[in-house]
Amino acid sequence: MDLGPHAGFIVTAYAAAIGIVAGLIFWVILDRRHLTRAVDELEAQGITRRSDRAREEKA
Amino acid sequence: MTALAALLMRDLRLAVRVGGGAPIGVLFFLIVVTLVPFAIGPDLNLLARIGPAILWLGALLANLLALDRLIAMDHEDGSLDLILMARAPLELALAAKALAHWLSTGLPLVIATPLLGLLLNLDPTATGAVALTLIAGTPALTFIGLIGAALTTALRRGGLLLAVLVLPLTIPVLIFGVAAANAAIVGPVPFGTPFSILCALTLMSIVVGPFAAAAALRQGLE
Amino acid sequence: MALIDLANPSRFLALADRVLPWLAAATLFAFALGLGQAYVAPDDYQQGATVKIMFIHVPSAWLGMFAWGIMSLAAVGTLVWRHPLADVAAKAAAPVGAAFTLMCLVTGSLWGRPMWGTYWVWDARLTSVLVLFLMYLGVIALWRTIDDPARAARVVAVLTLVGAINVPIIKFSVEWWNTLHQSASVLRLDGSTIHPAILGPLVVMIVAFTLLFLSLHLAAMRNEITRRRLRTMLMMRADAAAGH
Repeated sequence: MDLGPHAGFIVTAYAAAIGIVAGLIFWVILDRRHLTRAVDELEAQGITRRSDRAREEKA
Repeated sequence: MTALAALLMRDLRLAVRVGGGAPIGVLFFLIVVTLVPFAIGPDLNLLARIGPAILWLGALLANLLALDRLIAMDHEDGSLDLILMARAPLELALAAKALAHWLSTGLPLVIATPLLGLLLNLDPTATGAVALTLIAGTPALTFIGLIGAALTTALRRGGLLLAVLVLPLTIPVLIFGVAAANAAIVGPVPFGTPFSILCALTLMSIVVGPFAAAAALRQGLE
Repeated sequence: MALIDLANPSRFLALADRVLPWLAAATLFAFALGLGQAYVAPDDYQQGATVKIMFIHVPSAWLGMFAWGIMSLAAVGTLVWRHPLADVAAKAAAPVGAAFTLMCLVTGSLWGRPMWGTYWVWDARLTSVLVLFLMYLGVIALWRTIDDPARAARVVAVLTLVGAINVPIIKFSVEWWNTLHQSASVLRLDGSTIHPAILGPLVVMIVAFTLLFLSLHLAAMRNEITRRRLRTMLMMRADAAAGH
């Protein structure tokens, strides 16, 4: 596809957009992984929240 | 004396005492304006051209630095709790404090402007124009700063955050203040156009500022 | 399920887990469609192929303002109803909105260089979008500075509503002032002025970007709820260690 004389700007703009979106997606995914791992660690140590405990007692 | 007048007088008296903000604010204004020719060089024509902008920036920064004593000091010594519990509406009490703050820190900046105009090679018309725009615009800076001060009241190291929050909100005031001063000096836009917008910004901030600040205080100190 | 039911974080998490895969799939499909259409879209007679930057610049500008609108709605929810999900929605939206505003500034700058000859100009629209970006950073800073999440949410809500005045200023800046940035050509009272061959892909890309925002926002809200649970559990552990 011929992008004309300003092809560099078009490609850079799309690359920047892809980079920013990728950054956002990585942030969300990595944050989730870190948080769930920390929560699982604490639960393994026996610390549970009140509502989780209530659910366990009901079960 | 009504409660609000008493609050106004108290703040004024505190500001002019040793440890108050008033003399230091003017001193900072002087220092900032003195720094600029060192950075730019002594080209008098250039200084005269950007003089209004330098004075406005100096006034903005001096105003900003004095903001953290607007509410935080009362919070530290407990008078803020008294103000919150008083019968006078919090919005009016904050407006009184902001008025006192402007009288003690904003107005001296305006009075210092002619002297600093000399340092920047501004002629009398230009200096007068800048002073007029500063009188019209510094209340806006104070009342917008009131919002930032209220938002960061309970934070221990809120100083820089206060600046980060307040400066974007003061950009329109800066734009129209300098535009009005330049319009009076070189034209071609008539002075009235940016100046009336500047006055409108000030009037709006005098209303919105106390309400937003009161809301921020109530929400932040619960 | 009424909005008040969603105030229960566990129920919200369950809903989010169910909805998110579909939202992500819809986003991918919309982008595939949009990018395909953008690829075959004709060149502008004046701008040539650089008009294709519009397909990412306009949606990101829309999202920058849309995100602040979401934050403002959430702010009202926090201040008026104390809806706990409003806090989470507001906090999750800020970084995403800031990222898209940055994308708007960067793509706009790269579009401006070949078209206007300059990477930046201090006209009304560019300045107000830059101010919007600075305000996003201020909001994020304020979130991180106040320890208690509930108090932070309320204080940030006030700041968000004060800053909301900037959004209509951005939208109407090209009408009120003489700007280098072109005036409105999509959302106008008397219809769009863009040729359908370019307007079509633009609308699809706007939809795709909006779906992307909703997916990211939902995922970030899920993370934020988990982060608050983690904080509660850490405080319980500290309590246990202190012998309570």
